Amino acid sequence: MAEDQGYDLSRFKATYFEECAELLANAEETIARLQEGTGTEEDLHAVFRCVHSIKGGGGAFAFDGLVRFAHVFETSLDALRSGRAQLTPHVADLMTAGNDILGDYVRAAQEGVELPADHGSEVTAQLAAIIGGTAPAATPKPSAAAPTPAAAPVRAAKQWRIGLKPLPGLLKTGNDPLLMLRELATLGETVVTANREALPGLTQLDFQEGYLSWSVLLTTDKPRSAIDEVFEFVAGDVADVTVEEVVAAAAPAGDGATEGEGWGLFAPVGEPAAKAAVAPAAAAAANAAQSHGPVHTASIRVDLDKIDRLVNMVGELVITQAMLGQQTTDFSVESHPELIQGLQELSHHTRELQESVMAIRAQPVKALFSRAPRLVRDLSAKLGKQARLVMSGENTEVDKTVIEQLSDPLTHLIRNSLDHGIETPEQRIAVGKTAEGTIHLGAEHRSGRIIIQVSDDGRGIDRKRVLAKAIEKGLVERSAQLTDEQIDALVFAPGFSTAEQVSDVSGRGVGMDVVRKNIQDVGGRVVVQSTPGQGSRFILSLPLTLAVMDGMLVAVGQERYVLPLTNIVESLRPTAQQARSLVNVGNVLTLRGEYIPLIPLYQMFGIKNAITDFTRGLVVVVETEGGDRIGLLVDELLGQQQVVIKSLDANYRPVQGISAATILGDGRVALILDVGALRVLGERISDEAMAASTPAVAAE
Amino acid sequence: MAKSILAVDDSKTMRDMVSFTLRGAGYTVIEADNGNTALTALKSAKVDVIITDVNMPEMDGITLTKRIRGLPQHAGTPILILTTESDQSKKDEGRAAGATGWIVKPFSPDKLLQIVAKVCP
Repeated sequence: MAEDQGYDLSRFKATYFEECAELLANAEETIARLQEGTGTEEDLHAVFRCVHSIKGGGGAFAFDGLVRFAHVFETSLDALRSGRAQLTPHVADLMTAGNDILGDYVRAAQEGVELPADHGSEVTAQLAAIIGGTAPAATPKPSAAAPTPAAAPVRAAKQWRIGLKPLPGLLKTGNDPLLMLRELATLGETVVTANREALPGLTQLDFQEGYLSWSVLLTTDKPRSAIDEVFEFVAGDVADVTVEEVVAAAAPAGDGATEGEGWGLFAPVGEPAAKAAVAPAAAAAANAAQSHGPVHTASIRVDLDKIDRLVNMVGELVITQAMLGQQTTDFSVESHPELIQGLQELSHHTRELQESVMAIRAQPVKALFSRAPRLVRDLSAKLGKQARLVMSGENTEVDKTVIEQLSDPLTHLIRNSLDHGIETPEQRIAVGKTAEGTIHLGAEHRSGRIIIQVSDDGRGIDRKRVLAKAIEKGLVERSAQLTDEQIDALVFAPGFSTAEQVSDVSGRGVGMDVVRKNIQDVGGRVVVQSTPGQGSRFILSLPLTLAVMDGMLVAVGQERYVLPLTNIVESLRPTAQQARSLVNVGNVLTLRGEYIPLIPLYQMFGIKNAITDFTRGLVVVVETEGGDRIGLLVDELLGQQQVVIKSLDANYRPVQGISAATILGDGRVALILDVGALRVLGERISDEAMAASTPAVAAE
Repeated sequence: MAKSILAVDDSKTMRDMVSFTLRGAGYTVIEADNGNTALTALKSAKVDVIITDVNMPEMDGITLTKRIRGLPQHAGTPILILTTESDQSKKDEGRAAGATGWIVKPFSPDKLLQIVAKVCP
């Protein structure tokens, strides 16, 4: 047989690793259910299949270490699913460990590194114990190219064609052809064909005679004598028996072998199937397969790049369509009815197209929540606390990139809840709560955004301690009067951590401020609500998609800017009373008893010919992610519109105070303002101005 | 005319590799990711050989083999089941279900072609 031509299978590795990631995640989720006791038998089969698939692909690429471990893992799962082994809580934990080790092997294979030979050896040993204490059966073939010898039978299986034709009188001797055929079947595989030609009509039938004859194809490793024995009573007497060895089967491939290294045929090819009438392979229906046949699947994998390009192109389409609309404002329905009509339809179709394309990238947040159960379980055990996780809205859909960005922040928030929020069982009972705390993870759509909540029924934020810490770190003035919400918000301040010693669970390296920044990076914001003694709730508000945004177009001089609609609180033309300049503070707006810093955008961006008088222009009050409010001075509001976000970083460079850019219908570029950054910039400018004008005034 | 093979496996990696190998040898390949889509494909496409994995969700390869044998035009179509070397019971089940033969995973591309050539009508 020809040698292997060394097919290069490495092109399939990317797909394989993608698949592995999915399978490992599914397995983890399923094992979690089994651990909690809410698993079913089907779950055991599902986990088995995951490991089986990973092993199968791994074998094809000759990932020997992976295959070896996967084999043990798979075999133990097989024992469990077939009932030969018991799924005890210890075993369930072992499953989790096994899945982790498997993940290690997959990752190592992906990175092209070798794990030490004893990696996971303890787990392996325990898995093997489940299988039955003996060494795992049949060490797997490490790779397809180096097969280990198959268990070859001592006597090779041969094929025999046996003809049995009862002669008149056979039945009267008490012999029964049926029994003979059955006996033949005990020797090996038989394919029996009955010959009914001699069967007369019913009226001519002599019930004491047999009219059928049979041809049997037998595959057996038993010697010829065993076959002859079956007919010893009738052969040559009351039955015609012919036995001949089939040497070359009619197999088209010529060598007639029916079994070999790692393969086998149940019956030699070329023989009729055991059915008397074999319908010829039917002529095809209208669509015969093309040279690249269709893949029949319910879903299809697409490169993210392709989708991003598609999203981008659709974005450009929206802009172009807006420009067209702009050009036709001079035309009217009367003068150009078809044109106006056509453009309206175009606008409608474009919007639908955009929505559909955005939906492609949307995925259920389930992917984001999937790590949570495991996290809660492991962490609560580690911290000596009892907590259960409740999830809701897992099927709420959100853009894939948002999911990716939120993974770390969400993990940290959950850790934070368990570490600082949920009390120990004793503490909880002491205050009349159940020993087990609850962490609730929820997602829902609300007014065009997705809201994710992480809440717990723990002790809430200790405001005294937080305030003390903040003052100690110089984040807050000693005399400052802060509302409860403002104190709570301090947990997001940079460098803030109230843990006495930084526990290795939360607080090291990753702070709440990083969490907030990550969330803001995807255009979201996070706030915390807390009730002392009852619990805390972190609310994340995120855009459904990162590519398109609802904004308010504003004019400052000849320039156009866009403010994210979600940041806008209100707009007003202030009176001289409301908008004043205060000593040591700068320009502020007094609104309903609140002082709101005023930022003149024309000054910040150096725009000429803009309105400089607060009482002549418009002040738009906006709220930053942290909940701070500032007022921005603009010339006028130009209206709400949905804008396609174009990255400034990618096309130019990062600019402070600007988060992105967009192209308006008239072709102009409008910059999208970063409200949070503006506040910081505004403070800085204000500080500098004060320092310049009154250097001797001490800060209070 | 090129012979047409239906490859059924829930693993895309496996499907990709099997298709690549078979197409490279001149066969036409139709892929399906589970038993149900495979049966649907059989309704509308000409298929000369069926290769199916055994362990699949929703419908395993043995059940699929039985269902295929129940289709009049495929009572005699060669069906190869992909199994693992420790799966003796699956081989027996496959035989009982009417499969034509079996190939052990992992298999080399050459072996796949060899077996397919054996059974392909």
